Amino acid sequence: MADIKKLAEMLKKLDDKLVSCMRCGMCQAVCPLFKETGRETDVTRGKLALLNGLAEQMLKDAKGVNEIVNRCLLCGTCQVNCPSGVQIVDIFLEARAILTGYFGLSPVKKAIFRGMLANPRFFNLLTTMGSTFQGVFTKKADELLGSSCARFNAPVVADRHFNSLATRPLRKTVGALDTPAGESGLRVAFFPGCVVDKMYPQVGEAAIAIFKHHGVGVYLPENQACCGIPVLTSGDRPTFDQLIEMNLALFADREFDYLVTPCASCTATIKELWPHYYGGERANLEKLALLGKKTLDITEFIADHLLSAEDQPAAQPTTETVTYHDPCHLKNSLGITRQPRQLIAAAGRTLVEMNEAGKCCGCGGSFNVAHYEISKKIGTAKADNIIASGAATVATSCPACMMQMTDMLSRRNKGLRVRHVIELYAEGLHRELVVKPQGGLPERA
Amino acid sequence: MSTKQASALAGKFSEIVGKDNVMTSENDRYAYSYDSAVLDPVMPGLVVRPTSSEALGRVVALCNEHGLPLTVRGAGTNLSGGTIPLPGGVVVLTNGLTRILEINEEDLYAIVEPGVVTASFAQEVARRGLFYPPDPGSQTVSTIGGNVAENAGGLRGLKYGVTKDYVMGMEFWDVDGRLIKSGSRTVKGVTGYNLHGLMVASEGTLAVFDKIILKLVPPPQAAKSMLAVFDSIAAASETVAAIIAAKIVPATLEMMDNFTIRTVDNFRHAGLPIDAAALLLIEVDGHPGQVADEAGVVERICREHRAREVKVAGDAAERNTIWQARRDALPALANLKPTCVLEDATVPRSKIPAMIAALDEISKKFQLTIGTFGHAGDGNLHPTILTDKRDKKEWLRVEKAIEEIFNQALALGGTLSGEHGIGLAKAGFLIKETGRATLDFSARLKKALDPKNILNAGKMAA
Ligand SMILES: Cc1cc2nc3c(=O)[nH]c(=O)nc-3n(C[C@H](O)[C@H](O)[C@H](O)COP(=O)(O)OP(=O)(O)OC[C@H]3O[C@@H](n4cnc5c(N)ncnc54)[C@H](O)[C@@H]3O)c2cc1C
Ligand code: SF4
Ligand code: SF4
Repeated sequence: MADIKKLAEMLKKLDDKLVSCMRCGMCQAVCPLFKETGRETDVTRGKLALLNGLAEQMLKDAKGVNEIVNRCLLCGTCQVNCPSGVQIVDIFLEARAILTGYFGLSPVKKAIFRGMLANPRFFNLLTTMGSTFQGVFTKKADELLGSSCARFNAPVVADRHFNSLATRPLRKTVGALDTPAGESGLRVAFFPGCVVDKMYPQVGEAAIAIFKHHGVGVYLPENQACCGIPVLTSGDRPTFDQLIEMNLALFADREFDYLVTPCASCTATIKELWPHYYGGERANLEKLALLGKKTLDITEFIADHLLSAEDQPAAQPTTETVTYHDPCHLKNSLGITRQPRQLIAAAGRTLVEMNEAGKCCGCGGSFNVAHYEISKKIGTAKADNIIASGAATVATSCPACMMQMTDMLSRRNKGLRVRHVIELYAEGLHRELVVKPQGGLPERA
Repeated sequence: MSTKQASALAGKFSEIVGKDNVMTSENDRYAYSYDSAVLDPVMPGLVVRPTSSEALGRVVALCNEHGLPLTVRGAGTNLSGGTIPLPGGVVVLTNGLTRILEINEEDLYAIVEPGVVTASFAQEVARRGLFYPPDPGSQTVSTIGGNVAENAGGLRGLKYGVTKDYVMGMEFWDVDGRLIKSGSRTVKGVTGYNLHGLMVASEGTLAVFDKIILKLVPPPQAAKSMLAVFDSIAAASETVAAIIAAKIVPATLEMMDNFTIRTVDNFRHAGLPIDAAALLLIEVDGHPGQVADEAGVVERICREHRAREVKVAGDAAERNTIWQARRDALPALANLKPTCVLEDATVPRSKIPAMIAALDEISKKFQLTIGTFGHAGDGNLHPTILTDKRDKKEWLRVEKAIEEIFNQALALGGTLSGEHGIGLAKAGFLIKETGRATLDFSARLKKALDPKNILNAGKMAA
């Protein structure tokens, strides 16, 4: 381990960004973690002060600071509300990279990031063996698997209520696609993301059905790599670059209008984090910038590029009431809140807003694994709001939020369903077909 | 006071508040070494978080018994260093004491624990159809205990008063851990000294607040907002004086100078008149009929006093646009430079033009960027110095400029601080405004109530 002075020097690089925090403490009002614990080290102001203290060599316990910096949902709520415009998430990601560089990656994370995520074929194979695999997990394996997005550890560990791995992942039910633009004149590259592929293939299938209905051509290559968010947030930059390059090889030089994903985290990562944090060959930067520009969240793509005003509501109204949870990566990172709601209406559902729809569900990627108890508290508050809305279904537009909400709601046994917005929209198209047979909807996938 | 001494007592504190509520690690302590003032951090020896009144009292007594310096901390948002502890001292958190104990709709009062967050309280009161007006800019995080200890004000100060106007009574712990009661649930009450009045603005130096009884009022039924554009600060100030002279007290009467207008417009592109010398943002509220009358009169006065333009908000959205501009003032300025020093020197409202002219002078003399906005209605301006505290040379000029701002405010018959408190930041200047006798009187009071000087020593003049 290098000496602490060196670490301080590396952290000094963040000084220009750290100094813009004026310690006003307004982040205490919005941080979901602070709301549960009331500890200054859990809120942004405390974390930034500690990083500053370490950089100024006023603190000795670097390991403790590392833990504190990692104890954060990276939900970005503090950043969008910070009066001083501090680039908080950026500081946290940079700090995690510096601290991980200093302390090294845990062996478990190293195994999963470098051994599995960086080998999509192997990753796929492992997860296909899902059911045989699911029974044998130990605590260690829990941490191992939990540090990827696709937490395919089933309901076996502790008392968690996870979805099991899908018996047939998306890449089996749909496979690779490469179809030309249809009626819409548009062609998209589809990036389902690990969680949709391995856990919620029905979301991917809904996407494909929607594309077909609207005459959108689809490019869906095999062996897509993880978008890299679990790797980036753990400070493992080399693997992050590697994952980007694998995906770039699949997508960079292909013809399509937009790259579309049904996962808020993947969208935010590809759009904002790839171009910003990629540390590999300079020649790739331009490609990443272009790809980022073309990348859209699927609800944004449908609402803004496929629907016209007179299309709505497309579907025969139902009596089903739906409440919507804003994923942090959509609301805070990309500012998308209107389109998913519009699709719920277009699906013929009645939207009832829950209290604090934009408050984090407490998942926070691997935060959920490392700090399950707090994650559960934050998630329970979300579940309370969902239940209080009186809706029969909670919809969202991020599969990671879906996992968390399923876990939290299933403990409450209220019979609420957790759906992706596009599942509802796809169903709406189906009903529309029943009502107006000339609508031209393909048979459901 | 050594950190050792405090941490040796960690076990004793744990017995009172539970182990989880005593923090001893370096990192935890460091996180309570600062507040929102631009001052250097100071490491406490221990941080404790009582979760009951009784535990709070026992913590105070234990500190006193061992002569440990004690600093109470609410949300740590004060701008004067009031929660920066003494080296090795004990920080006592109030965020484990957040219950609203009673909201009495018949007798119009509420009783709260000190850690209740201002905005959550105001919201709960509003839900019952009542109104708690003090609204400091930090209200979504600040605590009632902190508001009382700083006598916090807000946008509504002009018409509705500040925190002190709502404190009807209080229970607080003296240094020996005995519970002292003052005031009552009744509008009238003259039983004993006005001790709760003494507690207001005491900045944690005299006692530790427990339960606070707050006055509630009925909410206004209607409100109307407008924005008036001026080509000179003088015209805007004359307008302020004329409005008051017409016997109209707006709920809110705010001003922004040209630098702030430009910065805010650049921040949100809200289409503000960037060439204007000053904006007044005005809201009148009350009975609908009265509101309509007063809004008309205010609009007329603005025009008579050379307002270039007066925009009256026609609906909620337009009203929000006006106040968004005011809410943006601090964030927009803060975004310009790494460090933002928010001052609150206050002058009689007729002296606003003189004060603004002085600030202009000061900004030129010390080559500093200063944006000024604030509560024109009550003369409480917020000259905001934008700088980078890492630039040592410039920082020296900032310190000199601050001193000069204080001097100017005093010369104009004003005061050092309208609402942010004295704390560490202004302790040295207190004598200029109040004189030796006042400081001695305060010191005697302090000595009588806190003989070992454990309560937030060094703050104020104590
Ligand atoms: C962005 C921003 C905007 C602001 N806007 C305003 C404004 O508009 N108007 C205004 O007046 N102020 C404003 N302030 C200043 C500050 O928020 C107020 O002074 C507020 O009252 C502090 O509350 P707090 O809970 O943060 O108290 P703290 O900062 O934690 O404490 C303040 C003082 O109160 C003492 N104290 C706290 N609790 C107790 C207790 N239970 N018993 C005894 N002493 C106690 C502390 O020891 C300390 O001396 C602003 C600050 C910021 C950062
Ligand atoms: S809100 Fe922003 S500037 Fe204020 S303390 Fe938090 S991070 Fe710092
Ligand atoms: S990113 Fe979220 S969890 Fe982390 S400090 Fe900010 S608000 Fe809190």
